[in-house]
Amino acid sequence: MIVVRLSGTATSKLSLQQKLLHLNWELVLLIVLTASIGFAMLFSAANGDFHPWALRQLIRFSVGLLLMLAVAVTDIRIWLRAAYPIYVVCLLLLAAVELMGSIGMGAQRWLDLGFFQLQPSEIMKVGIVLALARYFHGVDSEDAGRLSNLVVPVVFVAAPMALVLRQPDLGTAGVVAMVGAAMFWLGGTRLWQFATVAAVAASAIPLGWQFLHSYQKQRIFTFLNPETDPLGSGYHILQSKIALGSGGVFGRGFLEGTQSHLNFLPEKQTDFIFTVLAEEFGLLGGIGLIVLYGLLIAYGTYIAYRARSNFARLLAMGLTVNFFLYVFINIAMVMGVLPVVGVPLPLISYGGTAMLTVLIGFGLIMSCWLHRDTYINRRGGAFW
Amino acid sequence: MVGRFGAAIVKNRENKRQRTFSRRAALLAAGQFGLLTALVGRMYYLQVVESERYRMLAEENRINIRLLAPSRGRVLDRFGVPIAVNHQNYRVLLKAENAPDVSAILDRLSLIIPISAEEKARVLKDIRSRRKFVPVTVREFLDWEDVAQLEVNTPDLPGIEIDVGERRVYPNGEVGAHILGYVGVPLPKDLTGDPVLELPGFKVGRSGVERAFDLPLRGRAGTSQLEVNAVGRVIRELDRQDGDPGQDVVLTVDMALQREAMKRLGDEAGSVVLMDIETGGIIVQASTPSFDPNAFTEDLSPAKWRSMADNERAPLRNKAVAGEYAPGSTFKMIVALAALEAGVVTPKTTYVCPGFLEVGDGKFHCWRRKGHGVVELNRGIAESCDVYFYELARRVGIDKIAKMAERFGLGNELNLDTSGERTGLVPSKAWKRAVIGQPWMLGETLIAGIGQGFITATPMQLATMTARMVNGGKIVQPHVARDLVVRDKLTVRVIGEPEYIGVNSRNLKAIMDAMTLVMADPAGTAHRARIKAPGMTMGGKTGTAQVRRITQRERDEGVIKNRDLPWRFRDHALFVGYGPVEKPRYAISVVVEHGGGGSAVAAPIARDVMAAALKRDPARLAPGANVAGLRASDKRGQ
Repeated sequence: MIVVRLSGTATSKLSLQQKLLHLNWELVLLIVLTASIGFAMLFSAANGDFHPWALRQLIRFSVGLLLMLAVAVTDIRIWLRAAYPIYVVCLLLLAAVELMGSIGMGAQRWLDLGFFQLQPSEIMKVGIVLALARYFHGVDSEDAGRLSNLVVPVVFVAAPMALVLRQPDLGTAGVVAMVGAAMFWLGGTRLWQFATVAAVAASAIPLGWQFLHSYQKQRIFTFLNPETDPLGSGYHILQSKIALGSGGVFGRGFLEGTQSHLNFLPEKQTDFIFTVLAEEFGLLGGIGLIVLYGLLIAYGTYIAYRARSNFARLLAMGLTVNFFLYVFINIAMVMGVLPVVGVPLPLISYGGTAMLTVLIGFGLIMSCWLHRDTYINRRGGAFW
Repeated sequence: MVGRFGAAIVKNRENKRQRTFSRRAALLAAGQFGLLTALVGRMYYLQVVESERYRMLAEENRINIRLLAPSRGRVLDRFGVPIAVNHQNYRVLLKAENAPDVSAILDRLSLIIPISAEEKARVLKDIRSRRKFVPVTVREFLDWEDVAQLEVNTPDLPGIEIDVGERRVYPNGEVGAHILGYVGVPLPKDLTGDPVLELPGFKVGRSGVERAFDLPLRGRAGTSQLEVNAVGRVIRELDRQDGDPGQDVVLTVDMALQREAMKRLGDEAGSVVLMDIETGGIIVQASTPSFDPNAFTEDLSPAKWRSMADNERAPLRNKAVAGEYAPGSTFKMIVALAALEAGVVTPKTTYVCPGFLEVGDGKFHCWRRKGHGVVELNRGIAESCDVYFYELARRVGIDKIAKMAERFGLGNELNLDTSGERTGLVPSKAWKRAVIGQPWMLGETLIAGIGQGFITATPMQLATMTARMVNGGKIVQPHVARDLVVRDKLTVRVIGEPEYIGVNSRNLKAIMDAMTLVMADPAGTAHRARIKAPGMTMGGKTGTAQVRRITQRERDEGVIKNRDLPWRFRDHALFVGYGPVEKPRYAISVVVEHGGGGSAVAAPIARDVMAAALKRDPARLAPGANVAGLRASDKRGQ
């Protein structure tokens, strides 16, 4: 059994083999299952071809899966110690995008590493959760409500948001804000403080509107009324709704979706891949995937409950909320419930950074599971 | 090291904190669950409730129905000679997606068909403004040699395609223009809902046979259901329904004779109508000056059209059916028939012509100032004595003349199968009261007796009148096509048992004999235009219609000669006739606008056309020639 010592000098006694044995493989299985659906959809999106997406995605996933396991078996206290440095690195990468990022999709989001195009704003989603989990771990719940204790975490959230907004990437900025809010909530911030921030944010909307790019404003207008401009900006939403709706209950069958195969669907391999699934497998397929996501989220929440340390609890819950936000925003977006913001469908959309980010996130969640009984003191444990 | 007590405090705090966390995390989880459920609800709405609508939209997205233009039917003359055909219109197209370097390809192409810098600029502009797989027209109406050259060189010209369309061609140009009419882009009023009319480049008949037979000539469009992708590229053909090509129309017209008649009219403005007296089939329907209908197939410049429309000789008007002329003396047979039928005279009744007739205050002149002396029917017609017909008209009255004229086809539409037909005018007492609002004057009856005054007729009506006189009074229906349009389809016209006008055949015989004398009698007005060849002699009647009023003063000083008058004040020259005398087969009418005298100008033209017609192999001209056989051979020839 795992030995726990209140003294704070507790060390995980598990060997690598034991850790691998105790790993929650059913979670891994769920992840592999979900990703497999993604491969099938990318295969279909390419008109029944492993090129150019499915195969590359499979390779990335395999690498990411190994990375996930490596992250999972790493002691959670190492992650606690590394939380701030990782956050800082992410922030520097974001700044680097600002300096030398290449143009992609009308906004600077990529960092070309030669072999890999890194999207620092994706990694930042993990970075912010790590940093806030570390911060709130160290703050007593009594003190968490103190205003002076909120300055640092607000800066933690505001800094990457500002950089992401400059790219400009409204979707990611929103996700960062919402993840941050969830962390504050879980960290024990008072309700009235929440209400104040929400009021301030709401009053800032008209001010922020002026800083939006015209295409972003257009997207919001289009979202509010897509039918007004079916061949212009509303095209994406309308075509995606047509794809979904025409799928019906049972779908048109694998590789039989006309909307995707005849290219009516925009960005079908990335942000709009859910519509490919919904067109070909119908309501049943869509619900199936949502249930899979629900199970993953439930599992993450369960792990958060089972963890003993604040850091692990906050980390697991924060990452789970982050994962949920990916799922919800993407699906709501393709169904015309939210404006089109560049948020991928996790584990399924084509794209390396998002895949790695999500898998690293699950690696951290699994690490929380493996080290759920590890005691960590407020400063991060004395063993270091 | 923390002591036991301290540890307990920490533990207590930790427990409290854990409870807060658990509560809040549970709320978050519940919120997440709720939102995911909402997504499922939204999916249900889109995929079940609204599914039908979106499925339809998806099909509309995907399927593009394209019309396949049917090939227009041909028009053939009575011997099956094609006179309106479709030529292949070879076009050079350039598909940019197959051409690695558009500019270089165009330069290479211009070695075969020279392309000017402006043309090249236009093509490059077209290519830029369209999607890469949409072919752009480089050049139209290529001749066959260029096409052959291009075909050989296609391997060196990637992206260059040769496409075949159709355009209407009239090989005889001006000769049959008024019969055939022409085709043009449909006007808004032509758009009846048939989607084929909206195809780019689709033409409909705008006049003549092309218009009257437009529906059967047009055919039925086919459709091709294409699956297209988001940018409109065709992925595959889902379904194809071939249309029906247009039907060929066979005319009664003999194109060789038509050409002869057009040549004979020459530079005059006038018309010749030659009709089969048994069937009513029109063998010649010439109208000069003419126009080239091919010019209408391509875009006719407004200036060119204006110059034709403004020409005082009216090249665009089909004078054979739309020209309304005072029939002059050619109307005298109707007056004579009316008088004979009414019993007011017999062929032997004589009147004395002193050169004029005084009625009331009016003095009515004969064309021959010194008069004809004692005149009976034969001389009246042969020498065209006006006084004789003043007398006849006075005795029979205008209403009986009008009735007789109408029975022979004047004054009303003949229901021709060509467009632009006019009715002419046959006046009566009732007509004058109704239209002019004045009572009929006796003098007007006398003028009508020599075919002047209010009365007008078209050359087609005059030919029909003549045919009905020499075929024993059968009511023949003139037509240019052997076929009829029945419910948008062509069916072969069946000439059934004829109906008769119901005039005494002895009276008809008397008129015919008198018409024979017009040419046979040395004193006849058309004696010099007679045909001497045995078996080909013809009968007829000259006519000279005044288009201005000759005053008494002018009569006293000597009537001005036609050649001294401006063209538009000269007399119309007319002639109606038939042949051969022994067994009449054809009726003819000739009108030469402002041509001068009927005997000097119109009669020789009639003679030449009639002689040419009679020289044609009668077997080939037999009415009701095997149309079905003709059809079959046409199809083989296609």
